[in-house]
Amino acid sequence: MDAVLNAITSLNEGFLFNLQLFGITLLLAIPLGLVIALGSMSKFLPLKWLTKTFVWIIRGTPLMLQLFVVLYGPGILFDIPMSNRFLAAEVAFVINYACYFSEIYRGGIESIPKGQYEAGAVLGMTRTQVFFKVVLLQVVKRITPAMGNEVITLTKDTSLARVIGVTEIIMSAERFTKQGLIWPLFSTGLYFLVMNGILTVLLSRIEKKMDYFKA
Amino acid sequence: MAVLEVKGIKKNFDELQVLKGIDFSLEKGEALALIGASGSGKTTLLRCLNFLETPTRGQIYVNEKLIYDASNPSMLSEREIRRNRLHFGLVFQSFNLFPQYTALQNLTLAKELLARETPEYKKNRKDVLDQIKTEGEALLASVGLSDKLDFYPHQLSGGQQQRVAIARALMLQPDILCFDEPTSALDPELTGEVLRVIRGLAEKRTTMVIVTHEMKFARDVSDQVLFMDKGVVVERGTPADVFEHPQEERTKQFLERYFEE
Repeated sequence: MDAVLNAITSLNEGFLFNLQLFGITLLLAIPLGLVIALGSMSKFLPLKWLTKTFVWIIRGTPLMLQLFVVLYGPGILFDIPMSNRFLAAEVAFVINYACYFSEIYRGGIESIPKGQYEAGAVLGMTRTQVFFKVVLLQVVKRITPAMGNEVITLTKDTSLARVIGVTEIIMSAERFTKQGLIWPLFSTGLYFLVMNGILTVLLSRIEKKMDYFKA
Repeated sequence: MAVLEVKGIKKNFDELQVLKGIDFSLEKGEALALIGASGSGKTTLLRCLNFLETPTRGQIYVNEKLIYDASNPSMLSEREIRRNRLHFGLVFQSFNLFPQYTALQNLTLAKELLARETPEYKKNRKDVLDQIKTEGEALLASVGLSDKLDFYPHQLSGGQQQRVAIARALMLQPDILCFDEPTSALDPELTGEVLRVIRGLAEKRTTMVIVTHEMKFARDVSDQVLFMDKGVVVERGTPADVFEHPQEERTKQFLERYFEE
């Protein structure tokens, strides 16, 4: 009985890392993604190309590799070793997800008909007003399904942090496998299933909230 | 006194010259119909008036004040343009209502944002907003939509949406109200209600520039007709002159083709 309790406690502690990584990544990558999206749509070409190249590199290489680069890079390049593995995972996840989000935002923003901007403009609105008062909510509505997909992928990706030694849930469970106990490893799936079940409900509520208009 | 005077407007898109020097003027309370085939430059001219396009050459005067001069780049700052375009209202072919706002909110949004820049707003926020709302309700009633105030655009027919769009343009009390083919995106049975609203505005002597393919409507409603072809004004005059006694060969051909159908 003690062994069971011990395993469950260990899984819970591991999952807390997954949850933290998930929460912080969303919180930071959502706004950072918008900054990157605006950069990639900039009319100032050097900024545009710099941003696009950055997004290409981040989307074009494995997140697993990026985790190693963030962990070892600062030590190798600037002689400042990254001491905190969780922080390294956090940085890699925020950058990676911000780039994916930025492409979703860009697609959403560019899908809004030109007429919406023009209608706002001829009514004397500033560009900022048109963006925040007219365009933004329409973009949010259009990108919610795609963002939902990314969010659900993120819950599972958090397990990748184990490759740089963050003891998230699967790494915690594997310790028991080595002791001949296989069920903790398999039950980690339940944690993800429950979490994504909750997220799916939340996401569909958000979509419903915006059902009152068509865009 | 001319409300609007347009002098030598030219517009190039790269190598292509779409407007080749347009001049006209409009008196207060007059309705001007712009007719011509697709690609003749009518819509571009209208978009130039609303600063959605920047004329390559020429001047625009409103109430005898120079508001645009292509040779003076300082008139192209966003601030200047934003202020000057308020002289004009524009009704689009595709309505362009804001989908997430109700009919009434579509009317009040821009006015509320403009009111925020005034000192009264800081003192009397509630009164200012109430006043704007009352104006909006009255305008929607005047286009026959008092029962649709809280409807969202997708809940309205095309004709109703376009009437909301007209009311929205009137909300800022422009000196000149422009229409860009206001019925072209509508099913034939819905054009009547929109044309009736515009006719009503003409009877109230609203100063208007109307780009239209509805020739009978143009003839009935306008005081002045400009026929455009390939970026120039080919013929101008009263509706009786242009429609009954066209002088130019190109006008005759255009009208013949139109009335044959």
